[in-house]
Amino acid sequence: MASDTLTSSARTDAEISGLDALEIAGRDKEVTRGARIWAATWPKLAALAIAIAVWQLVVLSGWKPPYSLPGPLEVGRELIAQAQGPQLWDGLLTTLRRAALGYVFSVAVGLLLGLAVARSTVLRAAIGSMITALQTMPSIAWFPLAILLFELSEKAIFFVVVLGAAPSIANGVISGVDYVPPLLLRAGRNLGARGLNLYRYVIAPAALPAIVAGLKQGWAFSWRSLMAGELLVVGISQTSLGAQLTYSRELSDAPWLLSTMIVILVLGLVVDAAFGAADKAIRRRWGVLDQAGN
Amino acid sequence: MTSTTTTPGSATTAVALSGVTKVYGRGANAVLALDGVSLDVAPGEFVCLVGASGCGKSTLLNLVAGLDRVSGGQITLAGDANPGLMFQEPALFPWLTVDANVEVPLKLRRLPRAERRERVAELLRTVHLADFGRKRPHELSGGMRQRVALARTLALETPVLLMDEPFGALDAMTRDILHDELERIWSERKLSVLFVTHNVREAARLADRIILLSSRPGRIIYSTEVDIPRPRRIDSPEVAAIAAEVTERLRTEVGRHGQ
Repeated sequence: MASDTLTSSARTDAEISGLDALEIAGRDKEVTRGARIWAATWPKLAALAIAIAVWQLVVLSGWKPPYSLPGPLEVGRELIAQAQGPQLWDGLLTTLRRAALGYVFSVAVGLLLGLAVARSTVLRAAIGSMITALQTMPSIAWFPLAILLFELSEKAIFFVVVLGAAPSIANGVISGVDYVPPLLLRAGRNLGARGLNLYRYVIAPAALPAIVAGLKQGWAFSWRSLMAGELLVVGISQTSLGAQLTYSRELSDAPWLLSTMIVILVLGLVVDAAFGAADKAIRRRWGVLDQAGN
Repeated sequence: MTSTTTTPGSATTAVALSGVTKVYGRGANAVLALDGVSLDVAPGEFVCLVGASGCGKSTLLNLVAGLDRVSGGQITLAGDANPGLMFQEPALFPWLTVDANVEVPLKLRRLPRAERRERVAELLRTVHLADFGRKRPHELSGGMRQRVALARTLALETPVLLMDEPFGALDAMTRDILHDELERIWSERKLSVLFVTHNVREAARLADRIILLSSRPGRIIYSTEVDIPRPRRIDSPEVAAIAAEVTERLRTEVGRHGQ
């Protein structure tokens, strides 16, 4: 009997490791880092080249006079000139400072609001739909009120940036918490996670992908609100990217205008790429990346 | 129900259900899921609950696990143990590695880091996954994930294990092996197991006692001791004979709902 058990258990061990080896064979696919970066980069470079070529063609066609639509070369030269002077950097710094301040505050408000609404049925009934309604309000429509309340000041911009971003972030938190798989909640509770621990060990990490999506959308809204605000609220002594757009238009300095636009575009792309990387890292950990790694 | 030798300081039953009733909903829409279920699981006993759909098997386990409240009756656990619960799905946390998944209950019990590491390694050895601690759940096969879930549940170090069709989603070969594994771990750790399944063969392979539940409402309609010596094989004639007998009763019960 005893020897019976022994041989049977040795057989089981071999079977188990054999089965495991068979089942997970071929799941690891190695792609070199260089190849991966190249695969991600070349379509973007190609698209950029095409965009510049189209721009150049439009300029060459003579559709608009060069003083209102300059070519890529001229704008590039202007951009380099701007990068060498202090004005662009001062403006960039002001804009980034405002963006960071408004966004960080929006994140704090959005996370707290989202958590409160997700937890409380009363709050959800009361303001759940209002948060979505706020989100549909174009941020530019807030400015008249903001200017009445705070005059042409930093505060007016801050007010609109927060109103633009916080609802998206709150919505991300709410949907993240709502869609935590009930099975994981039951498993967590059975493992001894109750109350705050359930949030720490199960709900927060399970909701993370939706929260990051909300943060990304919140950023997009706050960035747009900020640009709109800087275009309108130019009475402030500080220069900013938005103010430079306004000045360049008033001075009919098309190369300056376009080079500022490029700076704004690149900034948006960089932040978007950062969110994209965070999102991808999360999905890789969760194992929901597809074969191509997208 | 079952007679057991009483040693000083240890209870005679690991899990005791007396007249447990569960009603879902209210008024005209109320559904009686369980009706007066009384059942004792002795320490170290392996009990399989078998029944067709709608017999409230999963409801019963949720009640014992404390994830839901009884509408009537009482559930007593020896020493107020918090029973471990396993599901048909592994229910692993996809954002954590295998190591970290097994570590969660240890963290929640506030064990020091060095001890946690030691126990995680030991538990993964127990389920033959010592080399897979750094993997994430999605990198493992279904059977391996279920073994990680078993290790995570064992980390609770509870004497009572509740299993809700844990091998239902696995292929036959993997299931066979996991039966051997579970039997070994159960006898090594002297666990009391309440195992829900609709697979009668599986019940005959594993159980000390098989309990048949009726459907809508769930009531105990039949109970039989399985005294085939262990280790058993699922394809042995003795297991097949018990399975045939229970299947017959199950068919009669299912047929009752056809009229």
